[in-house]
Amino acid sequence: MRALDLDYMIGLVPVILGYVPLTLFMAVAGMVLALILASLMAVERVIKVPGLDWLVMLFISFFRGTPLLVQLFLFYYGLPQVLSFLTQINGVTAAIMGLTLHFSAYMAESIRAAIAGVDRSQWEAAQSIGMTQGQMMRRIVLPQATRIAAPTLVNYFIDMIKGTSLAFTLGVTEMMGAAQKEAAGSFLYFEAFLVVAVIYWIMVEALNQGQKRLENHLNKAFAR
Amino acid sequence: MISVQGLTKRFDSTAVLDGIDLEIEPGERVVVIGPSGTGKSTLLRCLNFLDRPQAGTITIGDLSVDAAKASRADILALRRRTAFVFQNYALFANKTAKENIMEALVTVQKRPKADAEARALEVLRETGLDNKADSYPAALSGGQQQRVGIGRAMALDAGLMLFDEPTSALDPEWVGEVLDLMRRVAEQRQTMLIVTHEIQFAREIADRVVFMDGGRIVEQGPPGKVLDAPSDDRLRRFLRRVGQ
Repeated sequence: MRALDLDYMIGLVPVILGYVPLTLFMAVAGMVLALILASLMAVERVIKVPGLDWLVMLFISFFRGTPLLVQLFLFYYGLPQVLSFLTQINGVTAAIMGLTLHFSAYMAESIRAAIAGVDRSQWEAAQSIGMTQGQMMRRIVLPQATRIAAPTLVNYFIDMIKGTSLAFTLGVTEMMGAAQKEAAGSFLYFEAFLVVAVIYWIMVEALNQGQKRLENHLNKAFAR
Repeated sequence: MISVQGLTKRFDSTAVLDGIDLEIEPGERVVVIGPSGTGKSTLLRCLNFLDRPQAGTITIGDLSVDAAKASRADILALRRRTAFVFQNYALFANKTAKENIMEALVTVQKRPKADAEARALEVLRETGLDNKADSYPAALSGGQQQRVGIGRAMALDAGLMLFDEPTSALDPEWVGEVLDLMRRVAEQRQTMLIVTHEIQFAREIADRVVFMDGGRIVEQGPPGKVLDAPSDDRLRRFLRRVGQ
């Protein structure tokens, strides 16, 4: 057993930190897009639009039923062979697309469950004052469903941050890719990947703190 | 003028409303009484399509809706002419007392926000809850929540206010304040259709009492007649049971 090369690790920290913005960009972009797509699918699953329902179910089934890595390879390496307009797609875009589709399938299910968890009386009160279906969803049901779904959604966001490391397999130099390149030069694989692991860990822990604040904020209306 | 003709609601094969005919004059206060499960609440819920009736015509002012072929637009129009007070209050849990009242004014009636806020504060004063404007429902007592519920309905200035057993879910200590508020609403000559088990209250504020049993209107008339000199046997039995 050899000793850890601490100097090397400390020197590597700023290098890897330089890629944190890219990781966060992919995760935040993926999360925002996934939230939008998941909300649309969840609402569809609740009100069941004829002709669309089976499509949404198929989508959810496929993207929950196959590994993220396989999906990313399908998009980045596979699809451009079939759809020529995709040959220009870069790794970051493909990664965001893959993360969006993959996580939206999971999130749609938890948002759907959260919508179902909003008390029936809330729907009826909204209907009774003459709201349209869309107004009811936007102003009454979804805000309350958000509170129910928030802890699960934050978990998916954490998964998504960690999932961005797979963009490295699409040739994107993000935190993981950068560490890989560094280690290939120094042969200090353990040190390099340990630095990456710790930085991910700290990011996720920071997010956990944020989650507590978010929950307090969302529960504000429900405090006695 | 509000008119209901042949209103019919079946759940599976059971007729919960068996062809209800009812006319209500503007400003009239009609109280519906009757045993549990006779369709009183369903009548109210069908009038604004919270439950969808299978047949019948509902007319409120110049709007007439045929239940059998009511479009989405018909239903919205009908709901916008009625205001509903729920047994379980059903305040929007994610909105403060003030926002609960403003919601329909801003989102549905498209009134300017400042306007809606002024109206909400005015209504909160009338309901004696101006100090609770920024409280969320979870922080209010049952009685306070129901007063906000009534305030939300008052602010709509709808042609018809529907009250679905507004005091049934309340602890006894809060019933009085809610009935007091309803009396004040009644004094403003609002058109009210009230389902309640509070016979004494009915006697006090009703212009007309309607007795329902088995999905039909069995007897109706001024409270003095229906409550004190009932002609129908079922009504007599019902009044004896509730201790009148």
